[in-house]
Amino acid sequence: MAYYPQLVSLIILIPAIGAFINIFWGARLGEKWVGTVATVASALAFVIAVLLFVYLEGSGYEAVVINPPIFDGWIQIPAGEVVIPWQQRVDTLSSTMMLIITGIGTLIHVYSISYMHGDARFHRYFAYLNMFLAFMLVLVTANNFLMMFVGWEGVGLCSFLLIGFWFDKAHGVGWRNTMAANKAMLLNRIGDFGVVMSVLIMFWTFGTTDYFRPAEIVNVHLAEEAAHAAEAAHSEEGAVAAEGEAANKPGDVVLAQEGEGEGAAAEEAHGEEHSTPGVVYVNNDHIETDQLGVFGQAERFLDEGRVIDIGPVQLPFSTWLTIMTLFLVLGVTGKSAQIPLFTWLPDAMAGPTPASALIHAATMVTAGVYIMVRSNVLFYYAPVTSFVVAMIGALTALVAGFIAMGQWDIKRVLAYSTVSQLGFMVAAVGIGAYAAAIFHLVTHAFFKALLFLGSGSVIHAMEHGHHHAHSHGHGHDDEHHGDDHHDAHEEEFDPQDMRNMGGLRRKMPLTFITYLFGTLALAGIFPFAGFWSKDEILADSWVAGFDNNNLAGYIVFIILLMAAAFTAFYMWRQIVLVFFGKPRTEAAEHAPESSRLITIPLVILGFFSLGIGFMNTPSYVLGLDNIFGAHLFTDRLEYSVSKAHASEFNLLIALGATALAVAAMFLANNIYRRSAIIEARRDPLEMLPTTAPFWSLANARMYWDAFYSRVFARPFTRIAYFLSDVVDWRFLHDYFHDVVIWKGFNAAAQGLSKPVDLGVIDGAVNGVGRVFGWLSSQLRQIQTGYVRTYALSLLVGVVLVILVILLPLLQRG
Amino acid sequence: MLQLPSLETLNMGAALPAISIAAWACILLLIDLWIPKDRKILTVYLAAGNLVFAFIANLLVFNQSGDSFMGMYVADQFSGVMNLIIIGTALLSIVLSFDYLKRVGIERGEYYVLVLFVTAGAMFMAAANDLILIFVALELLSIPLYVLSAFRAPDIRSEEAGMKYFLLGAFASAFLVFGGAMVYGATGTTNLNEIAASAGMIIASNSSTSLFLLLGAALLLVGLGFKVAAVPFHEWTPDVYEGAPTPVTAFMSVAAKLGGFGSLLRILVVGMSAVTMTAGEPAVWQNVVAILAGLTMIVGNIVALSQANIKRMLAYSSIANAGYILMAVAAAGSPGLANEATRGALVYMLAYMFTNMGAFAVVIAVERANGGADLEHFVGLGKARPMLAIMMVVFMMSLTGIPLTGGFIGKALVFATTLNAGLVWLAIIGVLTSVVSAYYYVRVIVNMFLRDAEASTEEATPGYSTGVQWVAAVALGGTVLLGVLPTLITVLTDRVSLVASITP
Amino acid sequence: MSPLQEFAPIAVLLIIAVLVAIIISIISRLFGPYKPTSRKVSPYESGMKPIGSASRRYSIRFYLVAVLFILFDIEVVFFLPWAVVFRDMGLYALAAMGVFTLVLTIGLIYEWKVGALEWE
Repeated sequence: MAYYPQLVSLIILIPAIGAFINIFWGARLGEKWVGTVATVASALAFVIAVLLFVYLEGSGYEAVVINPPIFDGWIQIPAGEVVIPWQQRVDTLSSTMMLIITGIGTLIHVYSISYMHGDARFHRYFAYLNMFLAFMLVLVTANNFLMMFVGWEGVGLCSFLLIGFWFDKAHGVGWRNTMAANKAMLLNRIGDFGVVMSVLIMFWTFGTTDYFRPAEIVNVHLAEEAAHAAEAAHSEEGAVAAEGEAANKPGDVVLAQEGEGEGAAAEEAHGEEHSTPGVVYVNNDHIETDQLGVFGQAERFLDEGRVIDIGPVQLPFSTWLTIMTLFLVLGVTGKSAQIPLFTWLPDAMAGPTPASALIHAATMVTAGVYIMVRSNVLFYYAPVTSFVVAMIGALTALVAGFIAMGQWDIKRVLAYSTVSQLGFMVAAVGIGAYAAAIFHLVTHAFFKALLFLGSGSVIHAMEHGHHHAHSHGHGHDDEHHGDDHHDAHEEEFDPQDMRNMGGLRRKMPLTFITYLFGTLALAGIFPFAGFWSKDEILADSWVAGFDNNNLAGYIVFIILLMAAAFTAFYMWRQIVLVFFGKPRTEAAEHAPESSRLITIPLVILGFFSLGIGFMNTPSYVLGLDNIFGAHLFTDRLEYSVSKAHASEFNLLIALGATALAVAAMFLANNIYRRSAIIEARRDPLEMLPTTAPFWSLANARMYWDAFYSRVFARPFTRIAYFLSDVVDWRFLHDYFHDVVIWKGFNAAAQGLSKPVDLGVIDGAVNGVGRVFGWLSSQLRQIQTGYVRTYALSLLVGVVLVILVILLPLLQRG
Repeated sequence: MLQLPSLETLNMGAALPAISIAAWACILLLIDLWIPKDRKILTVYLAAGNLVFAFIANLLVFNQSGDSFMGMYVADQFSGVMNLIIIGTALLSIVLSFDYLKRVGIERGEYYVLVLFVTAGAMFMAAANDLILIFVALELLSIPLYVLSAFRAPDIRSEEAGMKYFLLGAFASAFLVFGGAMVYGATGTTNLNEIAASAGMIIASNSSTSLFLLLGAALLLVGLGFKVAAVPFHEWTPDVYEGAPTPVTAFMSVAAKLGGFGSLLRILVVGMSAVTMTAGEPAVWQNVVAILAGLTMIVGNIVALSQANIKRMLAYSSIANAGYILMAVAAAGSPGLANEATRGALVYMLAYMFTNMGAFAVVIAVERANGGADLEHFVGLGKARPMLAIMMVVFMMSLTGIPLTGGFIGKALVFATTLNAGLVWLAIIGVLTSVVSAYYYVRVIVNMFLRDAEASTEEATPGYSTGVQWVAAVALGGTVLLGVLPTLITVLTDRVSLVASITP
Repeated sequence: MSPLQEFAPIAVLLIIAVLVAIIISIISRLFGPYKPTSRKVSPYESGMKPIGSASRRYSIRFYLVAVLFILFDIEVVFFLPWAVVFRDMGLYALAAMGVFTLVLTIGLIYEWKVGALEWE
């Protein structure tokens, strides 16, 4: 039984092996094998994720903590009593994340085989992709914050590598890609500082970074319910036995193991220490405080009202918790691209589109949301932090949605849309709607991946069309006078600019339909996935605001409603600009439908964008809950997210939000459908005097990047200048060096060394010259062993010695 | 709270020989700056005087064992004997060097200072009872050796030797430190006695801590194995020995080994004897050391066969000799044999010291007279310089292990303990490789006596210097004396008992 | 008394440090001649151009100076923990650090005398 979830260690290992193979042998394997290896690795990981999902279904959603074989200890310093195990956690939350990461990951692998065809670094791309999967899975399956941080940094690295993947493109594009990668890296470092601080504080406070210790029960409430149910069933059967007496022990509710699978699994989770056969604990009262994980200890501390000593200052634990979580939020704003650190994500679209879809839309950027939901206990008890989180999320959703309306680059619109949707999720966490946040994360992963892949398909087609148009010289013969001109033209053409597109609906019907699905899902139109998840966030914020009188609830509700309208607007604008109307360039005219490797993932994702929302249908809606069940997803999630709760469906909100979205889409349709202004490469909103300032504000990205460069980058340079000029050069060099050191030292040294040294140095110099002459003749003869070979053989020896010395230990087993 | 050591608990007197050399090296570094270039012989006297002083001081404190620096430094009979050998090496090599440096034109005072530092490092290594001091001492030994290897700069070979030695040495040091860190992680201490006290329990506990302890032991073994040039950590040896100035080669082929084996014996015997899977069995590391010893003897001897250059041949021969000493180290892993094996190793090292220094003295003389150290340059030496040739014969016989030479006594003791430890296969390898080695040692003799030189080298030979003569003579005396009257040294070594210094 | 007040001396120290730095730079600006040239205004990186390809050759002397600098810099690091425990360990610590400093000084004298500190 316990061996089945052990598979989780493979889910990391397999993509890692894939990456390893492709890094070292990829260049020799050829595209076909590279793609196969990477995709198979990803698919195997997906199979494992499915198996684990099935396991959880069968075992009553009880979380399992796995110590991978062989690798039983990670950081163990017996002398310092530091023990941080490498443990993986299989529960409903991590299983959900695993399914998304590997599932969408596999589709994107398939898609990439076609998309990256012919790229010089094909194998490296797939190696990075597999490496990303491995790290992302480390991140989501970790059972402690430090291991999570390993994944966190690892995916950051992969993101960096993939953003800058085309660092060598001509005409300065490569340079821009590099800068985008650097920007992502730098802004994420700021966030990572927050994570490190947060983890250090946790470790200092609790002496552990484990989420939960293996024996802990996550959701006490659920466990008690199950116990009562089982007990009731038990007494009905009239089987009052010795176990029943044991149940009367004070403090513990104990029930017989024969109760049901639930009991068996719970006992499994207890591990060696606490397992008296047949006894199941339904709460953690029997565990010492310092044997609990971070979250358990935090709750205990709050109950005790513990006071934390920080040097001379004393803080109540709740304040300390706020500080801890605020640092974590800083990390989240970096990784999940929230205000104030969000500016890297739009630039990150410099990377290959499928990588953007996987990393910068579906999975990695949601890591921040994931870790906040994972730490929901901490956020639940830190209202100040929660308020900050809600504000950050809502503002980000609004600002990014607004900016997206003024962009021309097809991927940039999607990028800002991603930022905006991440804002939805973060805001949901802020108002305590943890299940809704993860639900939206899941649906968003599907439709945003779909949209990105769709845009990739469009861009690919545009490039092909452009190439086609020019290689055949359709109607452009008069413009071409030579290769130079051709190159210049090549450089100017931007396959991602929506002004160059139009009318692609007929050229690429499959891409169009799936893209439409994605758009409707993102805009939140019934019955697409986005409708359900967005509605749940809105309903939750309504409840938080108007029923529970939480200030954040009101604000979030109103802002998110506006952001949702923006979403519908800019998405429909994109649909109209890209797919409707007439082709505006030769390239669009000749754009072909993409190959099957590209369209099949699109279709699959399109299907999910339509259907995935039904997994969490609220109760009493059109009788849908009779078909799909009510709150299935949320109920499942509650087993690992103890503060999650299902929200009531609010018909008014659903209707209102949908109406708003539809209205926004109609508005967009009216503005862009009939406009001839786009032919002139301008936006209709730009031409209207009332909307022009807003549009240019959005187009200039609200001057956010400019603001950063003016407030941070430039003063920094200026300070550096001041330091170098005045302090370093004028003071230190001109005065201090020249006068004090140089002259003083010179005088001293002269006085000391003159009598002895003069003759020696002259003699040595002449001698050196002669020896060199003689040496140059000798030089050629020496061509013996290389140090690197020696070092390698030394290393082999090390391995040998280690193996031999460990042999008896291995034999003992 | 801080435990303030007083002068008594520091007990620096016990470490006087080593400290005096280290301190004097620092002072000599300054003094030398004011010694004119044409009177560098003064530096030699000052350095040699210090060594003689340390030698006498060492004899005086020989029987007073004690701890210095709160147990980090242990002055016992083991370190006493080691110090005698090490100081002897340094003395001989300084005498050997002076003429050579003058001839090659690299006469600089730093040379002697560096030799003193190496000597101090080796002495500290042999006496260090703490992983941290072992590392510091190892670096004190190694870094001056890197410089010495490159001392003939800008001779490209010498520079290459220094660079190679430095790079690989740093690599190996890293292993040593890593191993030390692991042992510390497993046991929570760096003191060898305390490690010994907890090592047995850790292994018995079957936890992952035992894995760390063994990994640590393995890495320490690698770090020191590099220093003593055990196969497969030996690759640097031929290149470095060939490139370095010849007296440096002579010095480091002995001194570095002495330091390395000193530490190795201390770590393994004092610290890790109890690391056994079941009580009463040989220590876990015995197999590894035995395999290393076997490999070292085989590779060293077989490769030496094909060398035409005597310097290179001696380099490989020094690898092979490290193998024989490793054999004794392996034997020390068997319960109850530690002292016997240690004594055997000490005698072997002493014999090797005399023999090797002597052989190198002859090589330097031949290099000077005939302009090179290839086998060809030895042809007809028996006629041209009979005394020199006869000395060489004795050294070669001693290296082969023929009775009435020191080499025989050393080998006999080492083989005996190996057999006592039940490592019969290892002893067989040892004997077989000794037979193989006879071939290339005897080849030198054959070249000297049985082949005539085509051209007379007589007139090109400007008689060899007194320094080299003295060294060769002393080495000859030592080798023969040890072969005829082994009790002279066994009187000292019999008092050595390394295991007894465990005081848990 | 609030516990934060214990940090008051540090705050005062910080303020004084900042003030001194500002005053010094103002004074030098007021009284010193200020004739900026492009060379003078450029960041001073030991005479190297601050921006350029990372893989170019430097004079070996830079390495020598750098190594010497690191040597003494790292050694100075040992003074910090020493200063922390100095009061507890008293004379012993002084003697130990004295030995340490002595060795350093010998090194310095040697370098000086050998000419390692001279550029040419």
